[in-house]
Amino acid sequence: MEEKTIYTITIFSENNPGLLNQITTVFTRRQINIETLSVSPSALKGIHKFTITVQTDKPTIEKVVKQIDKRVDILKAYYNNDSELVYQEIALYKLATDKVLALGGIEPLIRKYNARVLEILDNCVVLEKTGLYEETQEMFDELARTTGVLQFIRSGRVAITRGRIERLSDMLASIEKRRQEEQL
Amino acid sequence: MKQNITGAQALMESLLHEGVDTIFGYPGGAIIPVFDAMYDYTDKLHYVLTRHEQGATHAAQGYARVSGKVGVCIVTSGPGATNTITGIGDALMDSTPMVVITGQVGKSLLGTDAFQEIDLVGITQPITKWSYQIRDEKEIPWAVARAFYIAKSGRPGPVVLDFAKNAQTAKFDYEPATCTFIRSYLPNHPLDNEAVAKAAQLINQAKKPLALVGHGVTIGQAEEELKAFLDKADIPAAWTLLGESAMPTSYRLNKGMLGMHGNIGPNIKTNECDLLIAIGMRFDDRITGDLNVYAKQAKVIHFDIDIAEIDKNVKTDVAVLGDVKNTLPAVTAQLENNAHTEWIDSFKQYEELEMEKVIRHELNPPAGSPITMGEVVRKVSDATQRKAILVTDVGQNQMEAVRYFQFDEKRSVVTSGGAGTMGFGIPAAIGAKIAKPKRTVCLFCGDGGFQMTMQELGTIIQEKMDVKIILMNNNYLGMVRQWQELFFQQRYSSTPMVNPDFNAIAQAYGIPTRLVNQREELDSAIADMLNSTNSYLLVVNVQEKSLVYPMTPAGGAVTTILLNENNK
Ligand SMILES: Cc1ncc(C[n+]2csc(CCOP(=O)(O)OP(=O)(O)O)c2C)c(N)n1
Ligand SMILES: [Mg+2]
Repeated sequence: MEEKTIYTITIFSENNPGLLNQITTVFTRRQINIETLSVSPSALKGIHKFTITVQTDKPTIEKVVKQIDKRVDILKAYYNNDSELVYQEIALYKLATDKVLALGGIEPLIRKYNARVLEILDNCVVLEKTGLYEETQEMFDELARTTGVLQFIRSGRVAITRGRIERLSDMLASIEKRRQEEQL
Repeated sequence: MKQNITGAQALMESLLHEGVDTIFGYPGGAIIPVFDAMYDYTDKLHYVLTRHEQGATHAAQGYARVSGKVGVCIVTSGPGATNTITGIGDALMDSTPMVVITGQVGKSLLGTDAFQEIDLVGITQPITKWSYQIRDEKEIPWAVARAFYIAKSGRPGPVVLDFAKNAQTAKFDYEPATCTFIRSYLPNHPLDNEAVAKAAQLINQAKKPLALVGHGVTIGQAEEELKAFLDKADIPAAWTLLGESAMPTSYRLNKGMLGMHGNIGPNIKTNECDLLIAIGMRFDDRITGDLNVYAKQAKVIHFDIDIAEIDKNVKTDVAVLGDVKNTLPAVTAQLENNAHTEWIDSFKQYEELEMEKVIRHELNPPAGSPITMGEVVRKVSDATQRKAILVTDVGQNQMEAVRYFQFDEKRSVVTSGGAGTMGFGIPAAIGAKIAKPKRTVCLFCGDGGFQMTMQELGTIIQEKMDVKIILMNNNYLGMVRQWQELFFQQRYSSTPMVNPDFNAIAQAYGIPTRLVNQREELDSAIADMLNSTNSYLLVVNVQEKSLVYPMTPAGGAVTTILLNENNK
């Protein structure tokens, strides 16, 4: 068996309805769980960016990415392993105000985890922390032990490649060049 | 430019603009405006009313496969649309260009579970190249142009256009559109000179090369280019189910069929060659058997237009991406004239073995024994001088048909390969005949598959067509029975069939028909069938418990081949 690791897949697509479905069916067919997923408009108007993390082996990730890339509305799909990426996640924690006060203040916690306070109300406090999965998890574990956590949410991963690989606009330019060549 | 026409009329105009002249389908509530518009286009568009929407899709596939053009279906929403799913899936598996236009409820009703509303785009996304809902009439010219471009370019396949009713009736100023480029979809690959040179080098060095010819050669219309390639380097070649007829049967380098019921030689040689050259084929499991022991000794060159096929099942040493129409000649130019006489001669012993153990009995069974499928097929093939188009259904009949039918002409086989869809035969034969009315179309089917789409006999008589149907009746779902006999201890669960009087069914449709029980009647019945200017149903009662051999059991090595019951 090939070894499984975390791969981050980056997908640029046209902003058409139904694209997420087209992408997820590729994973479903191969019984691969999507660990995290984040979708947003990219820096270029009309182009969406998907960042997906999955746990699988190299031969599988290669095939899956080709099958995604093959879809008509997908501009480009590629994958990276963690060492090739700078990546981040964000987590929000909702705590009961009285429990926080009973702790005798929140400063040590904020300092320790480099977290931020987003909101303080009579009944609840909302904290924010950006960091790797393990880091947001560690803070969750500590809060769960001390104050209890009323609500918790963690975002999907967002990532940027370390290497100087082609940027989206370069890629679009090369597609445009090919169009001109083909239509000559 | 046409001013102030309805969306339905604009669809007709757009189809004409794409060069469409034939449409298969079935009407219904959500598509009535389109059929109403079509009423005024009957001089330019031949509409073929099938008896079931599945039939419409298979007919469009048959039409596309022999003509190379895009097959077109128009059907209604809801159940009409879901009835096309089997054909759409089949077209995806077999890379068949097809555009399926389905009615859909009006925009204001979408998402409300309105009458006959089904989320067809959602259902078909995984089984199409593109699936799109037209909600606004102004999108029609663009969407139709794009649909045809996607369906036929690159690796062809099915496209769905789900056409909301409001867009069918609303009026607008129509301007024709053309699509030749989509920035997120680049179906062609620039010639990779490095890969071409590497491929040529491997071929020039090879002592024992073997070419695997797939559907890509037919799709790319590269039959001549293939022959030049094989001739120059003197490479023996074998074909996949859909690659049959890319080479004439009698061609000296044609070494026969690959895969589960293929010829012994090419299967054995797959694990002896030093270079495997895959040309427009995708290493289906019915071809490779167990990948862990498949051609491990060989280097692999893969010619394909679909990059997702490279390294999918078999790891390649050199991938030559692109249309084989371009890539084959580029490699041929760098090949040395070669002769692999000894290697090619080494196939002979397996041809002789197969002749002795399998073919001789199948084609010349002893007097008084039941009729075999193989002899029926070969007799029809001989009687049509290898000039006919072969259409098959699925099952034992299919395997015996492709094994024993012979070809002089290219683009002459229509069979459901990747999906193996029973019921494909009759409608696919209808589509093939409409595409090539001057050629004889012979359909071989089983008693099971015939009954899956036999209502299409109605289409045949409405269209006054001449399709020759040879029903090889064994009163069993024979291929499943074969697996039960070999691998499930002869427990014939749900495979014996109580069948109707097939001749009476043909008669009810006014289709000439004959029943053959005895070998002696076969020649005259075939002559009757071919002399008739009508469609014809020839029912041949064949041996009930026969098995298709050779057979490579599923999941086994390509070289593990059963030759007969005792495997002697
Ligand atoms: C739509 C569909 N259902 C089921 C099957 C599974 N199947 C494959 S071959 C076969 C038997 C075909 O029987 P028949 O048409 O009589 O042909 P024979 O094998 O007897 O020649 C069946 C049931 C299939 N391929 N397609
Ligand atoms: Mg049968």
